[in-house]
Amino acid sequence: MTAVQGSTSTAGPESRQMLRHFLGLMGKSVFTALVLAFFVIPVLWLVFAPFDAHPGLNVKLPEFTFNNFKVLLDNPTAIASLGNSLILALGSMVVVLVLGSLASYSLSRVKIPGRDLLLYTLLLLSSIITGTAAMVPTFLLMVKLGLIDSQFGVILVLSGGILPTVIFILKDFMDSTPKSYEESARLYGAKPLRILWDVVIPLARPGLATIAVWAVVQVWGNFLVPYILLRSPSKSPAAVVMYTFYTEGGQPNLALISAFSLLFSIPVVAMYFFVNRRYGFRFHGGIKS
Amino acid sequence: MPAPAAGTGPSRAVVDDGDVAGLGKARAMAFLAPALLLVSLFLVFPALWTLYLGLTNYRLSGSAAKNPQFVGVDNYINALSDDRFFNSLGLTLIFVFGSAVIGQSALGFAIAWTMTRVRKSVRAVVEFFVLLAWIIPSSVTTFLWYAMLDRSNGTLNAMLSTGNTAWLLDYPLQSIIVFNTWVGTAFSMLLFSSALASVPPSQLESARMVGAGAWAQFRDVVFPHIRGHVLTNTLLITLWTFNTFTPYLLTAGGPDDRSNILPIFIYRLALNDGALGQGSAISLIMIIINLVIATVYLRLLKERKA
Repeated sequence: MTAVQGSTSTAGPESRQMLRHFLGLMGKSVFTALVLAFFVIPVLWLVFAPFDAHPGLNVKLPEFTFNNFKVLLDNPTAIASLGNSLILALGSMVVVLVLGSLASYSLSRVKIPGRDLLLYTLLLLSSIITGTAAMVPTFLLMVKLGLIDSQFGVILVLSGGILPTVIFILKDFMDSTPKSYEESARLYGAKPLRILWDVVIPLARPGLATIAVWAVVQVWGNFLVPYILLRSPSKSPAAVVMYTFYTEGGQPNLALISAFSLLFSIPVVAMYFFVNRRYGFRFHGGIKS
Repeated sequence: MPAPAAGTGPSRAVVDDGDVAGLGKARAMAFLAPALLLVSLFLVFPALWTLYLGLTNYRLSGSAAKNPQFVGVDNYINALSDDRFFNSLGLTLIFVFGSAVIGQSALGFAIAWTMTRVRKSVRAVVEFFVLLAWIIPSSVTTFLWYAMLDRSNGTLNAMLSTGNTAWLLDYPLQSIIVFNTWVGTAFSMLLFSSALASVPPSQLESARMVGAGAWAQFRDVVFPHIRGHVLTNTLLITLWTFNTFTPYLLTAGGPDDRSNILPIFIYRLALNDGALGQGSAISLIMIIINLVIATVYLRLLKERKA
């Protein structure tokens, strides 16, 4: 914050400095207002339309009602799709947490030959082989494996894609947990898996929480992979199903879409801000693609 | 904790190599194996397979689906002599440059910079909304912008009194550029605000004392401190923007291919039109472009960690 720092020398430079200060203040106020307008206005629809008795595409103050949520609850496809999103998100989260902590723990504690090379290769691969660049071979692979239209298949593909980043970040966390506890646990005869579960996991909990939230956010909103790999609407997650909500007249069903969008957005937004406040992961959260 | 048992633990010679839990190489490999297996099967293998598929005339249906023929580099020659491919590549470059390099990077920096000189409460509000755009699932944000830009009821037309302008039809590329800027600015803002926090205030103070203007302060004091961050940020968001499929939900590449960026082009070519071989060839071109960007980035990362 720049307070008024006008010097009290001659009138000339003082008034020039005042002018400059005034212009600066104007500039940053106008800029802040424009930025807020740009980022707030599109979101207003998500805040108002779900509670509007006659939602339109335009942003307007609602004629208050909860009816849109009733429409949503009466739509089995919509509710099921939120459940499907949950299955995909939690499934992938469990897979990457289990495989990721095993892998990162062993990479952190044992100097396997070529370890650094392996880590960087993994990270490189995961950033160049993206869902979009690899959609054709992934689709064909799943056809051959008979995993088209299988939620399990989607979980495997999504987990494979985010696992390298998970290992990379978790290894950092594992590296920074104190090793003396493990040593004493070992002196008491605990086996490595037991040590990992009872000693290391509790110590690395902030890192694991970060990764868990990050994985859920990644998968929850993912459109492309389930869009390509799933066929039946009954298995599709919210991100895909949302685009099938049309009225009989072929218009988007705004009552349903608005309430659904809100319900679909709240969990990730809440999780993000919860973890951000609790663990302050401003930066690891940055890997959303 | 279990009682002390006659165990395997202390019997082995304890060498201080960081292996405090007595994992040993074999078991470490076993711990690592499941993760590597998953990554190899669903990440590495598809990429390698693209190499082969791109050399065949594989199709989604028909006779070429059952007995794909090896066609050598025909797909690449086709791609490189296809106007649609170059149209798509050109659009992608404009899209990446406009929405990542200019849009997200510049806007993100401008916000981070301005927010260092406003009240804390203002800063918290601005950051909240910028972040919100980034966190809301992409299916929802695309719908928000679809509503915003609608021809007859859109909020944008109402605000600018631009009548019935059909933004998504008349300005498809500009629309997805603005959309992607809106979605992604948060990352640059966060990265730059933590970078700016690392600039020593005393240096700024002394620059101000000698009467340096905002631009001079930026050029001589701030920029040298954040140069590394600028590079990191540019590379990462370039990579992500280059690979985003989300604009598909807004314009589906249309009208007339005018927003047909590469990911959408591949999707339509391979999975809509069924030309899997041709699509793979273009996928590989995309992977190679990704590889170039990522290699530069990882080299920087390694240098900074070292």
